[in-house]
Amino acid sequence: MNELFRKSWPDYDPGRFFCELTARRSGAGPVPEWLIQRLAGIGLEALRTRAKGAETDLIDLGVTFTVYSDATAIDRILPFDCIPRVLTHSEWALLERACIQRVAALNAFLGDIYGAGHIVRDGVIPAELVYGNANYRPEMKDFPVPHGTYVHVCGIDIIRDEFGEFRVLEDNARTPSGVSYVIENRHLMLRTFPDLMAGIKLRPVDDYGRRLRAAMTEIAPGGDDDPQVVLLSPGIYNSAYFEHVFLAREMGVPLVQGSDLLVENERVFMRTIAGLRPVHTIYRRLNDDFLDPAVFRPESMLGVRGLIGAWKAGNVAIANAVGTGVADDKAVYAYMPRIIKYYLGEDALIKNVETHICREHEGLAFTLDNLDKLVTKPVGESGGYGITIGPRASKEELQTARASILADPANWISQPMIGLSVAPTLAEDGIGPRHLDLRPFIVTGRDSWVLPGGLTRVAMKRGSLIVNSSQGGGSKDTWVLADDFASAGEPA
Amino acid sequence: MMRFDASLLARDAEGLFWMARYLERVENLARLIDVTQSFESPGFESGAWFGLIRINADEKNFADRGFSADATHVKRFYLLDRGNPTSIQSNLEDARTNARTLRPLMSTEMWRQINVFHRFVSNITPADLEGDALSRLCNRLKDGVQAHTGITEGTLYRDQGWYFYELGRLVERADQTTRMLDIKYTAMLPQGSEEKRVAELTQWNAVLRAAAGYHAFRRRVRASFTAEDVVHFLLRDPSSPRSVLLCVRRAESHLDDLRRIYGLSQADDALEVAEYLRELLVEKPLGHILATGLHDYLDVVQIHIQKLAAAIGRAFFRDWRPADPAFEGPEQSQSQTTTELSA
Repeated sequence: MNELFRKSWPDYDPGRFFCELTARRSGAGPVPEWLIQRLAGIGLEALRTRAKGAETDLIDLGVTFTVYSDATAIDRILPFDCIPRVLTHSEWALLERACIQRVAALNAFLGDIYGAGHIVRDGVIPAELVYGNANYRPEMKDFPVPHGTYVHVCGIDIIRDEFGEFRVLEDNARTPSGVSYVIENRHLMLRTFPDLMAGIKLRPVDDYGRRLRAAMTEIAPGGDDDPQVVLLSPGIYNSAYFEHVFLAREMGVPLVQGSDLLVENERVFMRTIAGLRPVHTIYRRLNDDFLDPAVFRPESMLGVRGLIGAWKAGNVAIANAVGTGVADDKAVYAYMPRIIKYYLGEDALIKNVETHICREHEGLAFTLDNLDKLVTKPVGESGGYGITIGPRASKEELQTARASILADPANWISQPMIGLSVAPTLAEDGIGPRHLDLRPFIVTGRDSWVLPGGLTRVAMKRGSLIVNSSQGGGSKDTWVLADDFASAGEPA
Repeated sequence: MMRFDASLLARDAEGLFWMARYLERVENLARLIDVTQSFESPGFESGAWFGLIRINADEKNFADRGFSADATHVKRFYLLDRGNPTSIQSNLEDARTNARTLRPLMSTEMWRQINVFHRFVSNITPADLEGDALSRLCNRLKDGVQAHTGITEGTLYRDQGWYFYELGRLVERADQTTRMLDIKYTAMLPQGSEEKRVAELTQWNAVLRAAAGYHAFRRRVRASFTAEDVVHFLLRDPSSPRSVLLCVRRAESHLDDLRRIYGLSQADDALEVAEYLRELLVEKPLGHILATGLHDYLDVVQIHIQKLAAAIGRAFFRDWRPADPAFEGPEQSQSQTTTELSA
């Protein structure tokens, strides 16, 4: 394979990073060779033309997220890279089990901290980290949820290090987005690059809407087997609005806004042309803060007054539950391996990125001794604020970081610099290695189900480690090879 | 198992109604611009173009935007000015904003076409308004809306939502036809010399072309037609797709379907208005109406078209709106219009 690969792409050099296509691994069979041959057969020019056509397709179809500035709205597509990311059957088996394990632990943790709080009393996690957390919702105390499920939809960000080992980077347990791109990317691939996929059996991604709807039915109050489910969206000005439309359609449920709903006598109704109709389950894509102006932000126009009251009266189900943000916090993340062990008696199937907790003496000492080698992150921030990347920082920056950590060690964690894996990506100067990650989506009602694959986000700039869509990241179709993936043989 | 009670959100019903109205406005405006261009008399261009402003009751809006009454400014006001709420751009922007909220109810083809059409309209340049380019532009605008109409006919699922879409289109079309008739007829009075007669004929032909009725009209009416024939055709012809009577009859039938098929008895008030309007259109001999003043008569017709829209709004769209007047959303202009009409 290596020879073929060098012949086809003489300039392609993943360096010290693990390459998702060309690294030697069992279980991929002839798929990497086929892909390389087929891509070479199509040729760079034709690839570009087709990729451009695919992007026009996305714009025409409005598969976009919207960036608002001043009075103008700009519809942007998530740049799509036409070279797929391939996961083998056994890689996926591990990822799937690891995701289910993680969600089980997150739910057990939430049930415990909003209940008896054993994990805190047993000293596994500091009380302050839980009860003092800005995302801890006292309203949830002693309020049991159906099947013990708080996190109905979870997105777990997973990376691969230089050795090809998977690591969890982050849990997203509030309202993770991106799943619509997984499915749209596959459709786009089928339309635009059928010749790339010919004869390769993949795990399908079309079942997501049905699974999500089933989970929403399982949590409906009173065991109604045909409840009225709705998707609650902040509306067309939300950057993820396309996904809300997509999911409402895939589930076959109304897409509502706060103003469409009304609470009377602790029951939720939607306003239809035939009057008020009862609503039983709400899949909300709205943050906790905005859900109910009577309980949270009083100025919120996006939510529904009285919603939390109706929920606590047991008349409506809300997914994800309120208060899950305490579980996907950066500080709590550091404790996840211990949380998994505590509730499930198992080791984490996929490890965290090695994390040093500065609130603990050892972690603090190690961090301060190795500042120039580590990435330091404040736990209370998101979106990359306050991060210092040791190997790339100046002396002054390291001094500042040291001072900040010493001033409030509990607010800091540190991690080694991870060399994210790469995959061949179509760039301006040809096919080159680009860093990527993976966000699988897990749907949980009574049980958990994982959408095969997930969203592969790729940094389109050479050398960049930032895969976020708001910062120029793109995405790839994620192929999970079926067990008998190539039984059809190479097509003539 | 099929769910037949799948209920339509009041907000979505309103969105469908307005999306159809905005697109219908785009087509009408393109038609009016096209005939104004084709039939403008050398030396009287400004008057002809300013007629457009009067048809749309845009005099104040036009002046506020800092334009002056010449052909170039009128064209720009309607074909380039995003700040003008009655421009092609604004109408299409509003239609697309509604379409966005309606995505789950629409076919992919409908959404794609609106997106592509929206991009086309966003890219109109001053050069497209010059010379023979303008007529081509108008044709493309008409094509755009007609493609939308055709795709909708072929793909939009015909449940309650479809009825509201149709109602919006019919109400808007009826309204536009009366406006056009009113302005042109008033502009041409009083009658006079033979020379004036010929000029009038040209004008009437333009009106008929704008209403896409020229060929049918010539087939239906004797060669030496009168103004009364044209008024009859636009107001009362039972078969012309843009006649006021046809629009009202179809609206009435749709409202009746909503009541019978979907059990929506709140359609009753709107049905009453529609019946009254239909009577109003056919009861008196046209000669009598022309003698006593067409303008006053059309005023009454227009008021009742607005009452019909308001009755539909009260019956079906009202309840969803938040009570808070500070609410800001894309539907505000629509809601305000509905409120205005019902006041």
